[in-house]
Amino acid sequence: MKVEDGVRDVVVIGSGPAGLTAAIYTARATLSPLVVEGEPSSTSDQPGGQLMLTTEVENYPGFVEGILGPELMATMRAQAARFGAELLTTRVTRVDLSERPFGVWFADPGSGGEKQVRARSVIVSTGARSLMLGVEGELELLGHGVSTCATCDGFFFRGQDIAVVGGGDSALEEALFLTKFAESVTVVHRRNELRASKIMQERAFANQKIRFLWDSVVTAVEGQSKVERIRLHNVVTGAEEALEVTGVFVAIGHAPSSELFKGQLDLDDNGYIRTRPGSTATNVEGVFACGDVQDHVYRQAITAAGSGCMAAIDVERWLES
Amino acid sequence: MSTNHVTLTDQTFDEQLGASSEPVLVDFWAEWCGPCKMVAPVLDEIVEEQAGKLKLGKINIDDNMELARRFDVMSIPTMILFKDGEPKLRIVGAKGKGQLLQELHPYL
Repeated sequence: MKVEDGVRDVVVIGSGPAGLTAAIYTARATLSPLVVEGEPSSTSDQPGGQLMLTTEVENYPGFVEGILGPELMATMRAQAARFGAELLTTRVTRVDLSERPFGVWFADPGSGGEKQVRARSVIVSTGARSLMLGVEGELELLGHGVSTCATCDGFFFRGQDIAVVGGGDSALEEALFLTKFAESVTVVHRRNELRASKIMQERAFANQKIRFLWDSVVTAVEGQSKVERIRLHNVVTGAEEALEVTGVFVAIGHAPSSELFKGQLDLDDNGYIRTRPGSTATNVEGVFACGDVQDHVYRQAITAAGSGCMAAIDVERWLES
Repeated sequence: MSTNHVTLTDQTFDEQLGASSEPVLVDFWAEWCGPCKMVAPVLDEIVEEQAGKLKLGKINIDDNMELARRFDVMSIPTMILFKDGEPKLRIVGAKGKGQLLQELHPYL
């Protein structure tokens, strides 16, 4: 198999906007990148990354009318492939960054085992995944009213009362999307103000179907075989309350997917990979990080793509030196 | 284009499923669902490799809401394995080939 021959110049781990931009640039620099793009999932750990679970992307430059997230990612993937990037639809199982060339192991779906590839440089673009609430009933009722993907599941809540948990852009985007189907959408947020951008806040406040429950956290999801209600705790008054809903959409933020690199790369307290200021270099020579796995500030498709480009240029210079 | 799946509808479901001597993996999907599109080629691949042991049935939920309701599908993709016309295994959400095979294995 081609991927295992010898040592690759660069292996890219992850295939969101950061990874695919890195792939486009390194492919054009004739470094024949291998992209281990992840495997299908419904929790934002999948090929194409978080945008695969969104609908309209309105703020990615170049698309006057906006573009669908999955469509944007399919386009980036095709662009990377056009320049010769090799894409593997599987997940990385472990890495060895202690010596060069680096070792990257990935699951081999055919045999159920794993295979290894060696690389002179590695670009880490594993992104971030959705946080779950971690409360009773949540996992048991996942797919039975509990959802992490509004675009996938909103359809099933036509005419029903549902809740969205969270206060950021993704929570409001989901809430607004879900008003197309639901009778009412209650946004449950643990503070009394939103983290979301002004334009999203204005749209949400103007929407008749959306109401807000402030200072509230979900303590349990209840229901026999599907969601019937959620239990809420008011963090200011201490009051307990039950909210009758048939759907709960969780959008409380993301955590970096950096488990693979624990003990090998410098991570901050929240698990984000540390990069040198003004660069994508990590603490290990030859390993570069881009996108949401190293960015807890901006977290946009365009900043991810920008840092992917930086990583590719950093790799190119590093391989030459 | 893969032709090794059957399209199931509200009208034809019971008849088509009853007529199958092999287990049928039924995929509930829709055009607007990103994860459904991700998992579709994986399902094609699996069914191709398991030819003679497993069939693939596709239900577009936009057109066949009745079936989605009947099987309590509230999230897509949902894949249900039917053996002798009875649902035996339910997989919710897109997954990789390895994991799907692992879950399907006891039934094949």
